[in-house]
Amino acid sequence: MAVVDSVKGFGVTFRHLFRKPVTQQYPEYKRPVYPRFRGRHRLHRHPNGLEKCIGCSLCAAACPADCIRVVADENTDEERYSAGERYARIYEINMSRCIFCGYCELACPFDAITLGHDYELAEMSREAMVYTKEMLLEPMHPSRTTPVAPADPFDVVEPPQ
Amino acid sequence: MPDGFIVTFVKAFVLANLVMLLFAFLTWAERRLLGRFQVRLGPNRVGPFGLLQPIADLVKLIRKESIMPEGIHPVLYIAAPAVSLFASLAVFAVIPFGEQATIPGTDWQIFLWISNPSVALLVVFALGSLSFYGFLVGGWSSSSKYSLYGSMRAVSQLISYEVSLALAVIGVVMMAQSLSLTGIAEAQSRDGLWYVVPQFLGFIVYVVASTAEVSRIPFDLPEAEGELVAGYHTEYGGMRFAMFQNAEYVALIAFSAVASILFFGGYEGPWLPGPVWMLIKMAFFILIAMWVRATLPRIRYDKLMSIGWKVLLPAATLNLLVTSAIVAWRA
Repeated sequence: MAVVDSVKGFGVTFRHLFRKPVTQQYPEYKRPVYPRFRGRHRLHRHPNGLEKCIGCSLCAAACPADCIRVVADENTDEERYSAGERYARIYEINMSRCIFCGYCELACPFDAITLGHDYELAEMSREAMVYTKEMLLEPMHPSRTTPVAPADPFDVVEPPQ
Repeated sequence: MPDGFIVTFVKAFVLANLVMLLFAFLTWAERRLLGRFQVRLGPNRVGPFGLLQPIADLVKLIRKESIMPEGIHPVLYIAAPAVSLFASLAVFAVIPFGEQATIPGTDWQIFLWISNPSVALLVVFALGSLSFYGFLVGGWSSSSKYSLYGSMRAVSQLISYEVSLALAVIGVVMMAQSLSLTGIAEAQSRDGLWYVVPQFLGFIVYVVASTAEVSRIPFDLPEAEGELVAGYHTEYGGMRFAMFQNAEYVALIAFSAVASILFFGGYEGPWLPGPVWMLIKMAFFILIAMWVRATLPRIRYDKLMSIGWKVLLPAATLNLLVTSAIVAWRA
């Protein structure tokens, strides 16, 4: 009964007319990301303010997209940046090449680099896509933060049967 | 009271611009309504409730490059959208929006139609099928297989549904004893009955066939994007594409206007002035068309043909026979 079914279809669409739209109004409302979401990188500091990164370039070696550039230099007693012997004088990530795989995070022996939650990485030029150490190092610029969903619903050790 | 020619010119100018404004508003309304049908919001960014969205679209389309693809026939390629738009707009020359009105501040009495020929209905259908020449020529001159397929589909669809459309309307013409649109509207108020009641079968056939005539879903096979890219306007961009789109919407408005005159009494109605009744009835038909678009999928091509020839044409013929028998028995 194709005709009856078509008429039923009109009823279905009519009922949907009165439902609340599911649209999320993006720039005003940012949907909280998954807690382990891999977004823009962060370089962390020790509690005393020294950088965790010692410029070992293991992240750059692990990077499959070859988007990290590290140039290390020696710390001196007058100019001390990191806790170790050396520090990263230049630390750049080319965000237009990064594939957000998180291998840099796994490779890092000091937990100095982690992938954060921010995904609003659009820039007006390719040059601006190369993020420098100042941009990556904590504390982050407050305008580019993303809400994060509470971890509890995702924090399951045993998968539910 | 100024000269008759000037009055006609001013009326035509005002009406054409009002129809264009209505078209712009309709694209907004359709997108908002389809959004709500699909539990979305629809465009709501430009201006309050997204009302300025058509203007943003227009600016975008005007600023686009006017592409002339290789191998086209330039004259026909440029003329085709204009022909379609002209034919669709010209239908409004014979559509009455009321009887007489006094222009405020003066004692000028004007008729709320541009012209009122005694064969208005014939003019409507002649111009309605003329707009398909634009689709045919546009698709043919584009030198693209998709455009050609689209235009061939458009023409065969027109031929299949024009017959049923005309037969469905003849029932109304016989009851009203008139081909004039004002005559049909007055006959309904004289009989005290909208023709949708005695001519219900004709009304159904008219609505289905006119949906096919303005090639809207579920009969939008001439521009089936899943199969033919965009059908006859595949090779068109910018304002030329917009003119085709415009022609289609204007045809929808025109067929809604004709439907409200033929079956719903047109501008005749209590309390409210004629043009208001006319707009309410037109809005009803346009909303139905949008609801249909939100509900039905595009039908298969052989189904389109078999609905046209095996369902609508017999139904229209039956309606015609019964109506003529009753009209003859009464006379």
